Amino acid sequence: MLVQVTFWDVTLSLLKGFWETLEIFGVTLLFALPLGLIIAFGSMSRFYPLKWLCRTVVWIIRGTPLMLQLIVFYYGPGLLFDWELLEVPTAVYLTFSINYACYFSEIYRGGIEAIPKGQYEAGEVLGMKKSQIFFRVVLLQVIKHIIPPMSNEIITLVKDTSLARIITYYEIIYFAESYIRTAGLIWPLFYTAVFYLAFCGLLTLLFGAIEKKLSYFKA
Amino acid sequence: MGYFEVKNVCKRFGDTQVLRGIDFSMEKGQVVSIIGSSGSGKTTLLRCINFLCDPDAGEFYLENQLLFDAAEKRSLSDAAIRSKRKNFGLVFQQFNLFPQYNVKENLCLAPKLLAKEEPDFKARKKELYAAIEAHAAELLEQVGLTDKADSYPCELSGGQQQRVAIARALMLSPKILCFDEPTSALDPELTGEVLKVLKELAQKKITMIIVTHEMAFAREISDKIVFMAEGVIAEEGDPQTLFDHPKSPRLQAFLAKTEV
Repeated sequence: MLVQVTFWDVTLSLLKGFWETLEIFGVTLLFALPLGLIIAFGSMSRFYPLKWLCRTVVWIIRGTPLMLQLIVFYYGPGLLFDWELLEVPTAVYLTFSINYACYFSEIYRGGIEAIPKGQYEAGEVLGMKKSQIFFRVVLLQVIKHIIPPMSNEIITLVKDTSLARIITYYEIIYFAESYIRTAGLIWPLFYTAVFYLAFCGLLTLLFGAIEKKLSYFKA
Repeated sequence: MGYFEVKNVCKRFGDTQVLRGIDFSMEKGQVVSIIGSSGSGKTTLLRCINFLCDPDAGEFYLENQLLFDAAEKRSLSDAAIRSKRKNFGLVFQQFNLFPQYNVKENLCLAPKLLAKEEPDFKARKKELYAAIEAHAAELLEQVGLTDKADSYPCELSGGQQQRVAIARALMLSPKILCFDEPTSALDPELTGEVLKVLKELAQKKITMIIVTHEMAFAREISDKIVFMAEGVIAEEGDPQTLFDHPKSPRLQAFLAKTEV
């Protein structure tokens, strides 16, 4: 027996699902943005074991599907060491954070390496400390360089969240799909596109505004 | 002993011995120009003097005090290098202004950061910053860019950027101001304005070391010319003698090439 549902019911339920999607999005950014910077410094380190370790991790993470990584992080510890399974949200946040930190780290590295050596040297001969040179001279130029690739990656993250349902994280696609089983309806699935589009549109506007704000100088 | 003295400075990059024992000295208020063909080690010497490059051997003496000895460089902390470096200023070929700061901020950034290290900074912050800003305004007037104080580097011509860079280097009142080919990145019609600023500094008896390819300018402004070739000082002396009566064949050949 199929249930009768209205457009309003579906909208409310998808909103709830999209909130779950946004949770993955927010938590991932919160952890991946700083972790990426740490990995970037690691992979630029002159201490070879650290550099090698960071670059290997980045290679593995960028070289395998995110969906597979979710499955490995969720089931792997139990299968290998007989540990208890992680909570589903924990496994999702952990996998997404590590995955995105690796992508971000390469963007950061590109941005940092694009800064001419002369900027550091100018700071040095003016008696600035290394940390002052990084934070007061280099950082804003790096941010300006990395905004376009970062916005790309962050918009990809919005849609990658739908992979989380592979380990039963209930996000918007999961909510929409359930209408196929319970009400024989497929349009709620198509309707999810509106939510993604609206949010990605907002992000596009936001990044456009940041780019405009930083357009007063050329780096 | 001179005001500033460089003794036996050697530097090797991989298999290339770039500096093979450089000795020279200069007096306070003098202008020394270093000339020579590309690859002769001029820029490397200037970078060593400014602690951007570690010499393998050699010593620097400033005001009769040992300032730097390559033999003990490993024991120098970053803080020690920073404090020694304050004796020198360097103007780069490529200006290296900070693009995200306007002209005034480019001048004030480093001095304001240094002011934070003053013991009574918190109590005197306003006073210290006001003095720095007044000094910046004064130097901008000196280089003729008062009206560009609020402009960003990307809005300035190369010549204007280099004049800002000179003012920025002067902000910390270095004892010796060094210039690394200050006009080489400029269009020919823009070199004049930068050279004019250098002449005015020379008249004010600012001690300067200038690496340059502008022979006529070097001759006019310098108290002493140092000619470098293959990592050594091949000849040095006052401009008239050196340009009109070069002794070494290498300098003769070099001058013949540059006087097209």
